Amino acid sequence: MNILMTGVGGQGIILASDILSEVMMRAGKDVKKSEIHGMAQRGGSVMSHVRFSDKVFSPIIPYGECDILISFEELEAARYLPYLKKDSKVIINKFRLSPPSVIAGKDTYPDILPLIEKVTKDTTVVEGSKTAKEIGNPRGVNIVLMGVLSKYLDTPEELWIETLNDMIAEKIRKINIEGFLKGRTL
Amino acid sequence: MKKVLSGNEAIARGAYEAGVRLASAYPGTPSTEILETVAKEYKSILSEWAPNEKVALEVATGASYAGARTMAVMKHVGVNVAADPLMTLPYTLVRGGLVLISADDPELFSSQNEQDNRQFARFAKIPMLEPASSQEAKDFILEAMLISEKYQTPVMLRTTTRIAHSMGVVEIHEPVEVKEPVLERHPKEWVMLPANARVRHPVIEERIKNLMELSNSSPLNIAEINNTAIGIIASGVSYQYAKEAMPDASFLKLGMSYPLPDKKIKDFASKVKELWVIEELDPFFEEQIKALGIACKGKDVIPMCGELSPDIIRQALAGKKIEKPAQPELPGRPPSMCPGCPHRGMLWALRRNKAFIAGDIGCYTLGFLPPLDAIDTCQCMGAGISHAHGMSRVFGPGKEKITAVIGDSTFYHSGMTGLLNLAYNNGVALIVILDNSTTAMTGAQNHPGTGLTLMGGKAPEVNLSEVVKALGIKWVEIVNPYELKNTRKKVKEALEHDGPSVIISKSPCVLLKSKAVSGKPLKVDNDKCTNCKVCISLGCPAIEAGADSIKITSLCVGCGICAEICAAGAIGGAE
Repeated sequence: MNILMTGVGGQGIILASDILSEVMMRAGKDVKKSEIHGMAQRGGSVMSHVRFSDKVFSPIIPYGECDILISFEELEAARYLPYLKKDSKVIINKFRLSPPSVIAGKDTYPDILPLIEKVTKDTTVVEGSKTAKEIGNPRGVNIVLMGVLSKYLDTPEELWIETLNDMIAEKIRKINIEGFLKGRTL
Repeated sequence: MKKVLSGNEAIARGAYEAGVRLASAYPGTPSTEILETVAKEYKSILSEWAPNEKVALEVATGASYAGARTMAVMKHVGVNVAADPLMTLPYTLVRGGLVLISADDPELFSSQNEQDNRQFARFAKIPMLEPASSQEAKDFILEAMLISEKYQTPVMLRTTTRIAHSMGVVEIHEPVEVKEPVLERHPKEWVMLPANARVRHPVIEERIKNLMELSNSSPLNIAEINNTAIGIIASGVSYQYAKEAMPDASFLKLGMSYPLPDKKIKDFASKVKELWVIEELDPFFEEQIKALGIACKGKDVIPMCGELSPDIIRQALAGKKIEKPAQPELPGRPPSMCPGCPHRGMLWALRRNKAFIAGDIGCYTLGFLPPLDAIDTCQCMGAGISHAHGMSRVFGPGKEKITAVIGDSTFYHSGMTGLLNLAYNNGVALIVILDNSTTAMTGAQNHPGTGLTLMGGKAPEVNLSEVVKALGIKWVEIVNPYELKNTRKKVKEALEHDGPSVIISKSPCVLLKSKAVSGKPLKVDNDKCTNCKVCISLGCPAIEAGADSIKITSLCVGCGICAEICAAGAIGGAE
């Protein structure tokens, strides 16, 4: 299974992909995960590849082999189209963050759904950011979206909850697990 | 027990399991997390940030001479800085296992070049191991220690960004016993006077032959014979990419990749119809294999530049042109200096004074980007000061406004010698030290100016202005870069000063919960805003252009420099 998580620096993608990897290891899979960090990347594009199976070789997904793309930001869902195939599932969080050229008035924020639907029709837009805000934990959008993603993976809910319990700091644990469960209903 | 670990976390675990007593490093992507993890998780290891990589390797050498297992950790270009001790270290007697970790950065995710440090192993005549997964990253540390002690040589463990930053499942083990240091003297092996070094050189030549025999017998170099139509020789992440692309091919996987296992390679080549060498960057294996008289394919089709991928390898082996699939052009998100970054005001002030700004390695290098457009050179750590000195020397005093900017951590790394040179040779350039009290670009590490060590202990805090004065600079001013008017005034004074000058632009990195900014977004009075866009020239991600007036978004942390330069007085206090 090949999962691509995309978004913008600061949205919590790294933690979300760490949690997904941990869940899959606990489910007995071989897991590899790859993303790039290092430069002052606040507000930069972030992409995390998570792959799990009985045996994984390459830490990056080959083109045309992504099973599920989950994007934390709308525009970022369309930035890596070569990884998609015609039956890829694409989950898009309804949230826009204007890139610098849009801020400077040089570009307009593009309409991304038509771009994605040229490759795959299986797209879902979810109110992840809104849900996180509603439960009073706007920073927990990453965990809400893990809840959404978990619906499409064959892994029991208890394993996710157990992993979240182990990986999330106590102070914010309860509200994030609430967000995760809300995500499973989106 | 199993854990999901990055390559860097696995190396830290490996150091713990292998009984490492001391580790020294200078932070640099993609190696930084190794010592951060050691300091956080394995407190039995003495871990230190060194001011630069040369020092780190020398500290590790001392620990090894004392009989302790040790490692020095750095990014690829850090090895250039450490090259001086590295080239003579193999002449000397290594007692405790000594491993040099070189983390290379193909594709230049966060580097100024993509040099292939495998060449350093051959250059220094030391063995090299290349892990291809997190599991191997951990296990190879103990292997490297054993080789180092048995052959009395430093060992290089070379990773790349994809190994360092990718995560994988790792079976962890209990640590071996840590050896106690014992003081010995080995002057003939440690004092590299010509008479002694001359005797030691043949030792290296003999050793590398013995290491080739080890490479031939080592289980780290494994032949996997499957379909023999295609045989692939690869190491590190290239092995994983090739395995993904060609799962049925035969492989010779090199875990010990210098010296090469000549006999194993000959044997493998004889078993396959078509031999491919798949490696990122230089044809390091390929040239050596061809020199053995073995025909192989490689860099005639595999790119020399950037990272490889399963797709590139598939295309290359199928004889197709290597190309990226189409992707619609979308507005990019280049990295930028953060909203409220204290560097922004200073760079803007220098640019407004029409100065030439020699740059250096750090967050401020991002000031290169439009609209700030405020960095004119960037080459290596510490270079900017000397660029500025060389330029201002040939122009002569008063001709051009030549300046350099350098961060505090970079200044301690290798800027001090440049400034010493500038003062000594009667330079006239203006040097600005952007002191944000951290090593920001790599994620906020401590350094000699912060008063804290890697392990969290207290340390003497370097007095930067006193250091600058002690190096021979008489005109020294400390400014708060958020007070833009005063900053501009001091820049002007410094540029008019007949002689060398240093401005220390002092305010903490905004990511360090800076108290210098309010944290509350500013707001725009639309009636007053003339839409002149001067504030846009600051390149702040929190300021958006609008049709009639500018907008300030919630990203704003209230640093206030845009309000200071707004002639219409349209930007004001917090909402």
